[in-house]
Amino acid sequence: MSEQDTGTQAAKKERSKVAKWSRRGFIGAGVLAGGALLIGVGVRPGNPVGKLKAKVAGGAGEELVNSWVKIGADNIVTAIIPHCEMGQGAHSVLAQMLADELDADWSKVEVMQAPADGSYIVSDTARMFVAPFTMNAADWIEPTWDGLFTQIGRLADAMITGGSSSIRTTGQYQMRIAGAAARKMLIGAAADEWGVPASEITTRDSTLIHSGSGNSAPYSDFAAAAAEQPMDSSPALKEPKDYRLMGKSKRRTDIPAKVMGKADFGIDANIPGVELADLSYAAVRRPPVPGTEVTSMDAEAAKAMPGVQQILNMGSFIAVVADGYWNAQQALNTITAEYSASESPIKTTADQFAAFRDAIDAAGDDGGEQAASRGDAASAFADAATKLETEYSAPYLAHAPMEPVNCTAWVRDTDDGAKCDIWTSTQVPLMARSAAAGALGMDDEDITVHHPFLGGAFGRRLENDYVTMAVRVAKATGYPIKMIWSREEDTQKALYRPADVSRFKGGLDAGGKLVSYNNIFTQRHDPAEASVPGIYDIANTSVRVAEAPLHLPFSAWRSVDHSQQGFFIESFIDEAAIAAGADPLEYRLNMLGANTARHKGVLEKVAEMSNWSAQRGEGIGLGVAIVESFGTVGAEVIEVDMNSGRPKMLNIWAAMDAGYVMNPDGFRNQIEGGIVFGLTAAMYGEIELEDGAVKQSNFHDYQMLRMDETPAIEVAIINSGTVPVGGAGEPGTPPAAPALANAIFAASGKRLRDMPFAKQFA
Amino acid sequence: MIEFTINGQATSLDADPNMPILWVVREKLGMTGTKFGCGIAACGACTVHLDGEPVRSCSTPLSAAEGRAITTIEGVSGEDGELSAVQQAWISEQVPQCGYCQSGQIMSATALLRDNPTPSDDDIDAAMSGNICRCGTYKRIRQAIKVAAGLETAQSEDEAQESAA
Repeated sequence: MSEQDTGTQAAKKERSKVAKWSRRGFIGAGVLAGGALLIGVGVRPGNPVGKLKAKVAGGAGEELVNSWVKIGADNIVTAIIPHCEMGQGAHSVLAQMLADELDADWSKVEVMQAPADGSYIVSDTARMFVAPFTMNAADWIEPTWDGLFTQIGRLADAMITGGSSSIRTTGQYQMRIAGAAARKMLIGAAADEWGVPASEITTRDSTLIHSGSGNSAPYSDFAAAAAEQPMDSSPALKEPKDYRLMGKSKRRTDIPAKVMGKADFGIDANIPGVELADLSYAAVRRPPVPGTEVTSMDAEAAKAMPGVQQILNMGSFIAVVADGYWNAQQALNTITAEYSASESPIKTTADQFAAFRDAIDAAGDDGGEQAASRGDAASAFADAATKLETEYSAPYLAHAPMEPVNCTAWVRDTDDGAKCDIWTSTQVPLMARSAAAGALGMDDEDITVHHPFLGGAFGRRLENDYVTMAVRVAKATGYPIKMIWSREEDTQKALYRPADVSRFKGGLDAGGKLVSYNNIFTQRHDPAEASVPGIYDIANTSVRVAEAPLHLPFSAWRSVDHSQQGFFIESFIDEAAIAAGADPLEYRLNMLGANTARHKGVLEKVAEMSNWSAQRGEGIGLGVAIVESFGTVGAEVIEVDMNSGRPKMLNIWAAMDAGYVMNPDGFRNQIEGGIVFGLTAAMYGEIELEDGAVKQSNFHDYQMLRMDETPAIEVAIINSGTVPVGGAGEPGTPPAAPALANAIFAASGKRLRDMPFAKQFA
Repeated sequence: MIEFTINGQATSLDADPNMPILWVVREKLGMTGTKFGCGIAACGACTVHLDGEPVRSCSTPLSAAEGRAITTIEGVSGEDGELSAVQQAWISEQVPQCGYCQSGQIMSATALLRDNPTPSDDDIDAAMSGNICRCGTYKRIRQAIKVAAGLETAQSEDEAQESAA
């Protein structure tokens, strides 16, 4: 440790004065500052180029056609993507959708992350969350609805990447329209210049062509003039037969940088104008029990540790700021602290599950909130020839993205007042801005959020707890800090997929048909339909929710409620099939209700793929599950070998119907990943409580599926043509756990009703 | 002063010898391709080569690099910038999703193929199961290793043009 390395506070203060922040510098670095707001960009009548042009069209000779697309003097078409790239491929596939409608030359299309700016709210994503019924309306671009949801979206800071929604909302309703509208404006400009009817001009590979006159020109020649053309908010869109890019497995634009180590994630943030050696790092520790505070700390040893600059008791957490992350974390590890007492009566995993069962018991036969009801499920149960009573459980889960939670922040005074810049991996850049503004008592306009690639998210980065912490530390220091959570902090102090218990009473008639379905559980978050067995025709159904408290804070986790409900429902249906003495796949097919052609399709397809009816060897079994989620219907079959006494997964086949898949290879990659995510939870995922705190801490005790345990995966896509199209990011996950439980039963006769499974085998 | 080479460049640093190589590489040398995942050598995101052998840089002190050669993901490509066979296969098979773990995956795969140019599935499992991919790209990693080894044919962009059934 040299003297300079200790970097005293005084030295830091001096440097923060010297390092002038320059807006021009930020733009030059390709990161766009936010500020002015525009409403209804892209799909609104009228062409709101105005102020936004200055922010997005930075380069010489560039003209903005509309806010989602930029055409340069070199005829490069830049698709400006409002969604974050967290591995789901949204940047590429949304560019494909825009470029197809624009008739752009794909080899000359580039992708740009839209800045965190109110102009880039994803209004249709907001619309899907707030009023999904309008998504099917024939008049979905009707200006009143559109304006309303743009307003709602802006108020809600709805620049969201989640809900498997990017393609089916922004892609379908904004990017395609933007591409088609831009094409129409280019044609209009060329028609004016050439003095020919617009209807005679065709487009191909970023070129305008008028065959009658022999005129042709690259789009760039008319980019400036196009911006003056009226914008059509409802241009004709292509039919599938005319797609040139949609439906094709174009390679993803983000992958080359990711194989060279050149892709920047939040944790890789560099601050323009700040030397690498001058950046400070913060390690943080929150109290182990949620909702408690740091009451005192002993940091004497930490003060003398190498590189330590500041030690902060922020009340809700402790921060050590040092010249490097490792020094900061090493110092933090020596700090002892006292915490306030928790008011939660739940201290252990057993307490939490007792709370669930108490709530269910208290609800009795007809208490709780009715989530779905049909016929008379209670009477039908009483009259049933065969009765089935089962209980299932699922534990808390952490998201555990590979990039630990982190946020870089700089809060400073400028000639223009207080400003704050944030660099972070987030699914919600505008909400991150609002959270920072709230924590700092600043206006949104004075905060700029820079959001590079996300090193995984799975719902964790819909939350802004870490943004708030980082800006508070940065305000306290007055100089920029990069806050990084240890994996232990990330595992133990996060927000979680809730645990739950779900009880069923099922009644079968003499023929084995399920005629009574009674279900009660405690956790209902999102989507509302996740707990409803709506794909099945069951004459008497009662689904109830008996609310129970959660000790750990809730967060959406890939597929949200479907992640537990898929396991509960599809395990129960499997037990009903077994009780009926029926083939589980045939039983499901026979029970499908109205409007289930897609469900029949995926079940039949997955039966074919898995050679379902073929006899397997001793100790080897197949299990099936089907879940509709986020607009996509998915059926999965797993083949498991139980001969070693432990489940060895051999194969998994998935048949997915999303209506129409925009990029088949990208879709398959998402389903493959969703399956591994679901199988990881099924085999290992468990967050337990001890003394009110999370017991697991890192990958040694919060295990992930690894390559040697991952089965061969085959995904089939069925393009049934259903509109609106379904999602890709989440639907692969929900069927995986029940398919595995059902396969283990088929192979061994052992019915697993509690997740996770691996620990139930010695 | 600790002397070592990194990606072929001789380097000397006045730094804490106990500091893990991960943080030296990222914060002192500004090479951010190597990633922090767990800090306890349990996930492989930080994998680099030390004299050609894959090590978890989050748990390997700088002192271990004295007089030795560190290779990071930034040093895998050829001098002319040409991507290695492993990197090319990672593109042809469209392996990465979020991509955060992939530097470590590529470093592990590169070491595997240097020692064992035609690995079996079991060999791949043994070499790669120390690397977690939370996005679940294991199927594609396995395929890409086989492509890089010449055991399977790369998926060309044209072949990937299929429309779904």
